[in-house]
Amino acid sequence: MKHLKPLNSKARRIEEMLSPVTPVEVTAAKMIGAGASQEEEVADVVALQQAPPPHVPMGCTLSFSPGWEVDGGGGTAGLCQPAERDIYDCYVTCFWPVQVPDHVNNSPDWASNCAAATKDWRKLDIIFP
Amino acid sequence: MNAVTAPAPYRLGEFHAFAAGSREYVYMPAGAVFELDGAARQVIDALGTGTLGHRDLIDRLVGEGHDRADAEELVRELRLAHVIVSGELVAAPLSNPPADFPLNALVLNITNQCNLACTYCYEFGADKIATPQGKPKYMGLETAKASVDFLLAQSAARKSVHITFFGGETLMNYPLLKEVVLYADAQGAAAGKAVSYSLTTNATLLTPEIIAFLSDHAIGVTVSMDGPPDLQDKRRVYRSGKGSYAVIEPRLRALIANHRTRAITARVTLTDGVNDVMRIYRHLKDDLGFHEVGFAPVTSSEQAYALGEGGMDSMLAQFRLLADEWLEYALRGEMHGFSNVSETISELIQGVNKSHPCGAGIGLLGVGPSGDLSPCHRFTDADTHSLGNIATGIDRSKQEAFLTRGHVASKYDCQSCWARPLCAGGCHHEAFVRYGDTGHANLHYCDWIREWTDVCLKVYGVLSARNPEFLERFAARKAQS
Repeated sequence: MKHLKPLNSKARRIEEMLSPVTPVEVTAAKMIGAGASQEEEVADVVALQQAPPPHVPMGCTLSFSPGWEVDGGGGTAGLCQPAERDIYDCYVTCFWPVQVPDHVNNSPDWASNCAAATKDWRKLDIIFP
Repeated sequence: MNAVTAPAPYRLGEFHAFAAGSREYVYMPAGAVFELDGAARQVIDALGTGTLGHRDLIDRLVGEGHDRADAEELVRELRLAHVIVSGELVAAPLSNPPADFPLNALVLNITNQCNLACTYCYEFGADKIATPQGKPKYMGLETAKASVDFLLAQSAARKSVHITFFGGETLMNYPLLKEVVLYADAQGAAAGKAVSYSLTTNATLLTPEIIAFLSDHAIGVTVSMDGPPDLQDKRRVYRSGKGSYAVIEPRLRALIANHRTRAITARVTLTDGVNDVMRIYRHLKDDLGFHEVGFAPVTSSEQAYALGEGGMDSMLAQFRLLADEWLEYALRGEMHGFSNVSETISELIQGVNKSHPCGAGIGLLGVGPSGDLSPCHRFTDADTHSLGNIATGIDRSKQEAFLTRGHVASKYDCQSCWARPLCAGGCHHEAFVRYGDTGHANLHYCDWIREWTDVCLKVYGVLSARNPEFLERFAARKAQS
C-alpha cells in the first residue's frame, strides 16, 4: 500500500491480504488490453455473468434449483427448499421485475436483513414500489 | 432491462476520519487504523458526500496534478481497502464465537454479603436482579473446587487461565479465597496451566496477613472507591450511614506499600455529585499511590444517582484533560495511570472488531455461591440469566440465546455507528437495567462513547507518529498481563 499507512495490527493484516492481489489484478488488466479501457474496472467476480454486455443474470430459466417447484414425487409436500427460499431465489438471481422485489434494479436492500433465508425470512418485508 | 453494465459510481466507504497533529487518519469498521497521505485525502475530498464515476474521478485527480497511472493505482488501493466503495457493499456478518470457545476466566462470587451498604450498588435497590432467596450466602469449598476444575477442563488448550474473586465484599469470605488459591495453584500445575488471580474489594477488611498473602500469590487487587473523604463517604457507607474512608485509608496505604507483585487499581463509580474526575484522580493516584485509576458512570435507572446530561459532559471534559496528560506521559515514554485511556489504546493496537461488547458468556463466566453460572458477576444469582450450574455444566441453549441477543449485528442502532468495533453496544447488564433487554444497545451513552473513542484515536494517532516504540512496548506489556 502506498497511500494508506497501516498503524495497527488489523490494518497490517489488511495490507498483507491486499498486497498480493494487486499485481495479479494489474496483470489481469493488462491481459485484457489495458490502456484503452482502463476506466472499465476489472470486475471482482466475472463468473455467472455474460460478456460482453448486456448483462443477463442467471435466473430460474437458466438454472435449476433442485426441489424448487415440485418434489421427487411431483407434489409439493417434500420440497427440499421451503417456499420462502423460492422467493429469495427469485430475488437474488432474477432480473424480471414482477414476481418479487428484484435485487438487480429496484430493491437492492430488500434482503439485507436476511442472512439465511430459511432462518431470517420473516425479516423480508413488503415493499411499496 | 439491465442497469448494471456500467460500473456503479464511487462514494465514500464507511469510516471515521480524524486528524491528530498535522496528520490525517481513518478508522475503519474492521478496526483498522490507517494514516492517509495527501493523495488519499484528495480522493476523499473529491467524493465528499456525493458520488463520481471512475472516469470522472480519475480525470479530476489528473486535473489536480496526478499522473494518470498513479491516479488509477490510488483509486484501486482505496477501493480495495473500502475507503471508497461502489455498488452495493454487503458487509460480511460477524459470526458468533464457536459454542465450545475455551473458557479463559471465571469470576467467583464467593459471597453475596457485604459489610457496606453503598447506596448506588446494583446488587441492592431498585435495579437488583439477583434472586438470592434460599441460596447459600457464602460459597462453600466444594463448589469453589468444582469451579476451579471446571475452569481448567473448559479452557481447552489455553496455557493460562484467570480467576477473579468477587462479592458482596470478597474478603468476608477470605478463608475460602485462600483455600481456592492454594488448590488452583496445585491443580493448575498438574494440568500444565498457569493460573492468575485478581480480586475486587472495598478494602475495609484488609489486614497485614491478607496483604502478605495477596502479594505472595501475585493477586491483582482492584479497590472500589470513589475518591477523597467527602466524595467517598457520600455513598460508600455502612448500614448505619457512617462513611468508610477513615476505615480504608490506613489499610490502603498498607496495601499499596506492601503489595509488590501486581498493580493496585482503583475503580471509581461516578454519580451525581461525585463527578470531580480530576480531584478524584489526583487523590487516588498522587495522595494514596494507586498505580491505575479507572472511572465509570453508575449503572442505575434511578435518576437520584445518575449523572445528568451536564454531568456526562463535564465528565468527558475532565476525561479529555486526563487523556492529554496520558499522551504527555506516553510521549516521554512513561506510563500514566488513567486506565480508561490505557484500555482503549490496547484495543486500538490490536484493531479489535468485537462481535460482543465483552467476554461475558464467551471466555468468561460468573459463578454464584450456589454454583450457578451466569454471563458475568453482574448477573450472579439472577435466575432469569442463569447459564447453568457448575455441577451440570453450561446450558448451551441459554448461552446461545444470550450471545445471539447480545451480538452487535442484532443491535439495529449499532449498524451505522463507526464506534461499534470497540463498543458493540455496551454492557449487557447496563442494557438490561436500562431497557430490560441484555441485547439492547446502550443508547444513552452513544454520543459519549463516540466522543471518547475519538479522543483515544487522536492520542493513538499522535503516538504512532511521534513515539511508535511506546505503542510496541505497551502492546508487549499488555500481552503479558
